Amino acid sequence: MTNLSERENVTVDTSRAEQTEFLSFRIGESEYSVEIMAVREIRGWTRTTSLPHAPRFVRGVINLRGTVLPVVDLAMRLGLEETEPEERNVIIVVDVGTRVMGLRVDAVSDILSFTKDQLQPPPDVATSAKAPFVKALTILDDRMVRLLDLEVVLPTGDEIAA
Amino acid sequence: MNISVLAVDDSRTMRDMITLALSSEGFDVQLAEDGEHGLEVLDGMEPDVIITDINMPRLDGFGFIDAVRARDDTKTTPILVLTTESSADLKTRARDAGATGWIVKPFAQDKLVRALRMVAG
Amino acid sequence: MSDPMQEIMASFFIECEELHEALIDALQSMADGEHDAETINVAFRAVHSIKGGAGAFGLDELVAFAHQFETVMDACRAGDLEITDDLVQLFLRCGDMLSDLIRCSRDGEEFDTAASEALIAELSTFAAEESEEEDAPEIDFQPMTLSLDDLGGDAPDAADLGSPSLPDLPPLDNLPVAPPEPEQPEAGQLLVRFKPEPELYESGNEPLYLLKSLADLGQCHITPRFDPPKSVDDLNSFGDRLAWEIRIDTEATPAAVNEIFEFATGLCHFEVVSGQSEPDVVEPSEPDAHAELSGPVPEDTPTPPPPIVAAPDPVPPKPAQKSDKPAAPAAKAATKSSPTVRVDLDRIERLVNLVGELVINQAMLSQSIAEENIPPNSPVSAGLDEFMQLTRNIQESVMMIRAQPVKSLFQRMSRIVREASAAVDKSVRLTTEGETTEIDKTAIESLADPLTHMIRNAVDHGLEPTETRIANGKPRQGEIRLAAAHRSGRVVIEVSDDGGGINRQKVLNIALAKGLVPEDANLSDSEIDQLLFLPGFSTADEVSSLSGRGVGMDVVKTQITALGGRIAIESTAGVGTKFTISLPLTLAVLDGMVVTVAGETLVVPLNAIVETLSLTENDLRHVGPGQVVLCVREKFVPVLDLGKELGYRSALAFEKDTIALLISPEEGKLVAVLVDTIEDQRQVVIKGLQESYGRVRGVAAATILGDGKIALILDASDIAASAAGVTFDATQKEAS
Repeated sequence: MTNLSERENVTVDTSRAEQTEFLSFRIGESEYSVEIMAVREIRGWTRTTSLPHAPRFVRGVINLRGTVLPVVDLAMRLGLEETEPEERNVIIVVDVGTRVMGLRVDAVSDILSFTKDQLQPPPDVATSAKAPFVKALTILDDRMVRLLDLEVVLPTGDEIAA
Repeated sequence: MNISVLAVDDSRTMRDMITLALSSEGFDVQLAEDGEHGLEVLDGMEPDVIITDINMPRLDGFGFIDAVRARDDTKTTPILVLTTESSADLKTRARDAGATGWIVKPFAQDKLVRALRMVAG
Repeated sequence: MSDPMQEIMASFFIECEELHEALIDALQSMADGEHDAETINVAFRAVHSIKGGAGAFGLDELVAFAHQFETVMDACRAGDLEITDDLVQLFLRCGDMLSDLIRCSRDGEEFDTAASEALIAELSTFAAEESEEEDAPEIDFQPMTLSLDDLGGDAPDAADLGSPSLPDLPPLDNLPVAPPEPEQPEAGQLLVRFKPEPELYESGNEPLYLLKSLADLGQCHITPRFDPPKSVDDLNSFGDRLAWEIRIDTEATPAAVNEIFEFATGLCHFEVVSGQSEPDVVEPSEPDAHAELSGPVPEDTPTPPPPIVAAPDPVPPKPAQKSDKPAAPAAKAATKSSPTVRVDLDRIERLVNLVGELVINQAMLSQSIAEENIPPNSPVSAGLDEFMQLTRNIQESVMMIRAQPVKSLFQRMSRIVREASAAVDKSVRLTTEGETTEIDKTAIESLADPLTHMIRNAVDHGLEPTETRIANGKPRQGEIRLAAAHRSGRVVIEVSDDGGGINRQKVLNIALAKGLVPEDANLSDSEIDQLLFLPGFSTADEVSSLSGRGVGMDVVKTQITALGGRIAIESTAGVGTKFTISLPLTLAVLDGMVVTVAGETLVVPLNAIVETLSLTENDLRHVGPGQVVLCVREKFVPVLDLGKELGYRSALAFEKDTIALLISPEEGKLVAVLVDTIEDQRQVVIKGLQESYGRVRGVAAATILGDGKIALILDASDIAASAAGVTFDATQKEAS
């Protein structure tokens, strides 16, 4: 922890300009985040139309103002406990490269702002199956916030064809 | 008063470029897609100066210049030939048809503007 | 796109595509033996315009190539070069190269300079033959150059020409130049003598403007000189009786004056004398000044000024070209009249989407009106009918905007034929039919890949080797035919060859070897043909460089299906093979039947449904483990539970009133698909699934229903293929 506060001290006086904003949200008890620039909008939960042969973490598709938006259930994607969707769940619509995708999360919690060098790579111990989705970690007010690697979160071509 | 220009070229790109180069300099630009079209446009306007391409469908630049010179209202209108070819033969032919001058494509905006101002006063 | 030059450049590349299309068209006509002047002119103009635009954007490689190309074509145009078949073939290859160069320039990609240089070299062998003639007029033009060595005040004979005191001067008519001033201009001065010929006035030049331009260089002291006419007859030629002498206080060089007089060169006598030093006097203009506003470049070598008007007949050798021009306009005038606007494709896309919304909205409205039990002849219902009609009209009109003739697509294929036939050393002719048939632009783009593959296949596998053809008494040259037509609300595209037909025994053997069919399968000819579409099937004994690019006919089929199309195959031994692609006319809208399966709502394309049947369990026969058939009019039809097929439920569910949709994914094939209920039959707007998610087996696309929910649109042929898969794989599946 001393290590971390040192880092904070450093960042405070150097680089306010490099502050980046992140949208953080909750899945179960854990807090995750994505770069706010990738977020297009946040929508309330709507029933999805399931896709045949899709991996289980793909909830299906919804109508986003006339376009077909695939929705990934983040809890299932990250290998967390599966929960039935509730009214108060939200879908975060994100841009990933050329694709647009919805992420079902329990609830949106906050907009955080920290510098890139506050982020640490995930420790090696976590190289379990769940690890590749998290590309960085940070501690904010004693909470651990995980930054998701959206490229990896999206279903791959193989997973779709499966 | 703005100098009015009739630009005749079968290439849309060229027409766009001429328009871009001249409009910003305060010229009033009318466009035509080939010689025939150019003559039609001339029925409705009397430009201060005409710019024309040579290689065009239907009626080419030489034929167009001939026709322009044959009309009473445009007998002395300055005509600049805009061409990618710089061969002397072509210039001689253009000159013989009655062209006032020529500009080689690709043209620089300021040169075109200067040439137009010079022939159109 | 805020930078206007960027915008113009983008539109230049679009124009290039059009020009290239015109070029290939003309070259194709030339290949077919049409060597008339206008055809060559069209080809020439296309390359010429590409070169012109490319120059404007500094696309040097493109300019260089187009220039060489154009030069040789110009020689043909002038009749200096005979148009042979070989030459036309070279032109066609150059056309292909031009298209590559254009594409690379557009996308900022590297291009194969070696290949383009090789072609340039090949072209230059033709260009060389006429290069001498090209030079000739250049020399003829030299006389326009002025040399002040002859005109300057120090010229020995100058004084003889006349004295400076003007009014007493002898007539100037026959003098080549105005009389020189005896005195020299002072330092910091330029002396310009200027005497227009009558032609100057006739060419639209105005001496006043020239004088004004000179005034821009500095303070001018102008002395006019006038030679009064001696008789009334002379009045006609007043033009050459006026002359000016202008002394300019300027630091400018004579080159600046040359530039001003550029257009007037040859139409007047003019000379510049610099007050600084003699050698500067006739400075040939600086190269850069002339590069863009180029006129006759004065030579260093003094040339005596000849009578200017009597310049050599400038249009000597090519009278034909100009004289047959006026005939052409009348013929072509009609085709040109309809004016066009260019619209960003995104805007059309938006409009298409909005119309889609409108259709959905109208469906919702119809639904609520139906639920209100409003009598059919009430004003509301009548209004709704009208609304529906209008919606449909708008929809059709909007789709028309995106419709384009298949011509460009066919042209791309002619290139594929050329390249493919060269690669396998076969002589192949492509004939096309119905080039003006219009289909949706997006479909044209999506068809390029599958058609390319089919054409390559036809050249490589479809057509027999030349020796075999000759041995079989067929023409040496193979023929591939590409045809498009509108047929009963669909677009039909046929790709056929006059080759040996499908070798069915070979196809069957491969399928057996690959385990794609059971050993004891007894397949009809058309069933064997269908095997070509199975994933992982490839008939080539060895992978050839041509079609061995990792795509099989299964990929072709997938691509066609993704467009909502179907593909059929027909083959006769010794006569040839024909693939028929049929596509919906409009991609965005489809008539469908809305059904439910396991609580999910689905849409089945109406044109795939032959009939709907209400079944009792007795109608179904279990013919083997996991295999059920239905007897329809004395034919056994495989049965498929849609819910199971799509993974919505695990087992076949036979309810009391099970409903079966009899679908025919292609000619002569039937599959019964079990669904729970039929909800509605109506038009739906197709929403792509592939771009946002990916390809889903059994699903063609998605749509949005009246309640705003998404429903999937079934891919009938995909579903039927899995029915076939069930037949073939049944044993394995049951075992596992």
